[in-house]
Amino acid sequence: MKSTAANFEDNAEKALADDKLKAALSKLSEGFPAKRREAADRLPEFESLRDQARDIKSHVLANLDFYLEQFEARVVESGGTVHWCRTAAEARTTILRICRNAGAKTVTKSKSMIGEEIAINEHLEHHGVEPVETDLGEYIIQLRHEPPSHIIAPAIHLSKEQVADTFRKSHPHLAPERALEEPRALLEEARSELRQKFLAADVGLTGANMLIAETGSIALVTNEGNADLTYSLPKTHIAIASLEKIVPTLEDATTILRVLARSATGQDMSVYNTFCTGPKRAQDLDGPEDFHIVLLDNGRSKMLGGEFHDMLRCIRCGACLNHCPVYKSIGGHAYGWVYSGPMGAVLIPNLIGLDEAGHLPNASTLCGKCEDVCPMRIPLPRMLRSWRTQQFEAGKTAPLSRSLLRAWAFVTARPWLYRIMVAPAVSALAALGRKGGRFRRLPLAGGWTKHRDLPAPEGGTFVSRWNRGERPGEKKP
Amino acid sequence: MSDARSEILGAVRDAIAKSHGSAAGGPTDIHADARSRLADHAANLIPARGRLGRKARVDLFIREAERVNATVARVSSTSGVPREVARFLAKNNLPMSLKIAPETSEDTIPWTEQTLLKVEEGRADGTEHASVSHAFAGVAETGTLVVLSGPGNPTTLNFLPPTHICVVAAPEIAGDYEEVWSRLRSEKAGEETGGGFMPRTVNWITGPSRTADIEQTLLLGAHGPQRLHIVIVDE
Ligand code: SF4
Repeated sequence: MKSTAANFEDNAEKALADDKLKAALSKLSEGFPAKRREAADRLPEFESLRDQARDIKSHVLANLDFYLEQFEARVVESGGTVHWCRTAAEARTTILRICRNAGAKTVTKSKSMIGEEIAINEHLEHHGVEPVETDLGEYIIQLRHEPPSHIIAPAIHLSKEQVADTFRKSHPHLAPERALEEPRALLEEARSELRQKFLAADVGLTGANMLIAETGSIALVTNEGNADLTYSLPKTHIAIASLEKIVPTLEDATTILRVLARSATGQDMSVYNTFCTGPKRAQDLDGPEDFHIVLLDNGRSKMLGGEFHDMLRCIRCGACLNHCPVYKSIGGHAYGWVYSGPMGAVLIPNLIGLDEAGHLPNASTLCGKCEDVCPMRIPLPRMLRSWRTQQFEAGKTAPLSRSLLRAWAFVTARPWLYRIMVAPAVSALAALGRKGGRFRRLPLAGGWTKHRDLPAPEGGTFVSRWNRGERPGEKKP
Repeated sequence: MSDARSEILGAVRDAIAKSHGSAAGGPTDIHADARSRLADHAANLIPARGRLGRKARVDLFIREAERVNATVARVSSTSGVPREVARFLAKNNLPMSLKIAPETSEDTIPWTEQTLLKVEEGRADGTEHASVSHAFAGVAETGTLVVLSGPGNPTTLNFLPPTHICVVAAPEIAGDYEEVWSRLRSEKAGEETGGGFMPRTVNWITGPSRTADIEQTLLLGAHGPQRLHIVIVDE
């Protein structure tokens, strides 16, 4: 997909004015965070498991060459093939070649963010192979020619009426007067349309949530079971994954699975966790005859050991999106590429460059919520700040912001000056904002308040409150 | 064009060597920890939740499976399975026909005693209403079934039919997933089918298929089965 990340400001402005989107996003903020909290509370060991999950991935990254070679050796022993690809283009070419060798007309696909990253659907279509997304959300957005707006809930931005519209347009062979008001009816229609595709597909293309070095297995996580129909029915199974998906052992994969679903949807476990190893065995009655793993670098080896190294621990759970005030106001499409939210704002400039994605690191209030909930304890705010610094140093920040930022730096570095300047402003704002506790508009700050409400400060400056002996209470993320 | 594999591995090695500083390139094996991690495959922290005696473990398994919308029945021996399956199908107004995994054939389960049941062995092809497969283990921690693929247990039975019935023996219900990995390693060691102790597919199944992709409304039976019925054989 071509990135529109460079137009972030316009994208965000449009998103903020979109009432349908606002309604869809408000459901998200009620759902996922509360469920995550419940699931975490049900498991006393959750915080310790997060520490271990982080440590497993950090250990992997420190030994990545070793584990990649081990993984490859086990895949080959079990009868599969590993294809190393440096770039998205190499991965596309490889996948098309495997499809051609398999004589493929139809490829069923289960949701893969790497598939989105390399834009495999367009490539296959262009060369006469029909790719069919099978995850319900992905199927809907494929029909609408849209990118996903959330890494685990790709159609979260749509209402059921919009989905019904799309189905009416895309399924002209069905009775036009059929009822499509209920989500159940929409699901049944998608299910029966896709059934035929599953049974007819020549190649099944899946992602991989993890690659297990000990056994050469891939782990797949879904709730619908679409990945399982994708790999078990066609003759050829291709799995695409980036380098950092490696984990050492089945036990390590298990630890990560214990934090993944809880962080993502608030389930204790996703419905289907599947471990695929090699092609089907000689006596098996079903399963693929060929098993290929397309192992993609596409910028990961460059992140290794650098400032954004920790981002390689990400397991794509979506918790940072679900808890991000910016994501929850503008949704995923405003970020302009396949990833979004805090993880997207850190990752996208790594993958497509700061020139193209320069505004994204500013799409954050640095409130820290993302790091609080990230199961892999990735310091997202630190990395966002570091992109901002790079941007500032490269002179890519707008001139007015630059001089204001310099002035701000001057003031904050001198506590006496800061206190003199801030205290009167705080009392003035507090007096003005008494009514609703928030400002819709502030003089001289229209650029800020156009799309944001500024909460009115309460109870004086931080320093004066601290001196009065007030201390913030411990709050759980 | 230089080879992608060596270029990627080279870049990874360089980055790692740089962060190891001068230690890299020396006589020490920088991957010693990784080697022993693979050889030991030690368990990490296991939640206390599943660490229970046998009876409490089975009870927890049932509670957790029901929590995620599976239904559960207990029978005292395999000879009770056909009657329970017939009862379940009748209660849900489902056709009395089944596609069963060869592992659960007449040799182990006396299907013919239920004369109303039409039973066929094999893999699923999308035409059947209900299937029966056999779980290698259960995991009490989350009410999860562990189902292995093999000539006697085709994977498609777990996913294509709208109703999936899965048989598991009570003694094989473990507290946690780690116990099941250990059992798999020891029971299937030395299998010469490629993949070592791992069959082509290991499926952890926790409840019936679901989606919340449309307005976050939870719906069962997305692509996989809408009903998951677990029959525990006490023996
Ligand atoms: S950065 Fe953390 S919270 Fe965000 S998707 Fe990745 S693992 Fe999940």
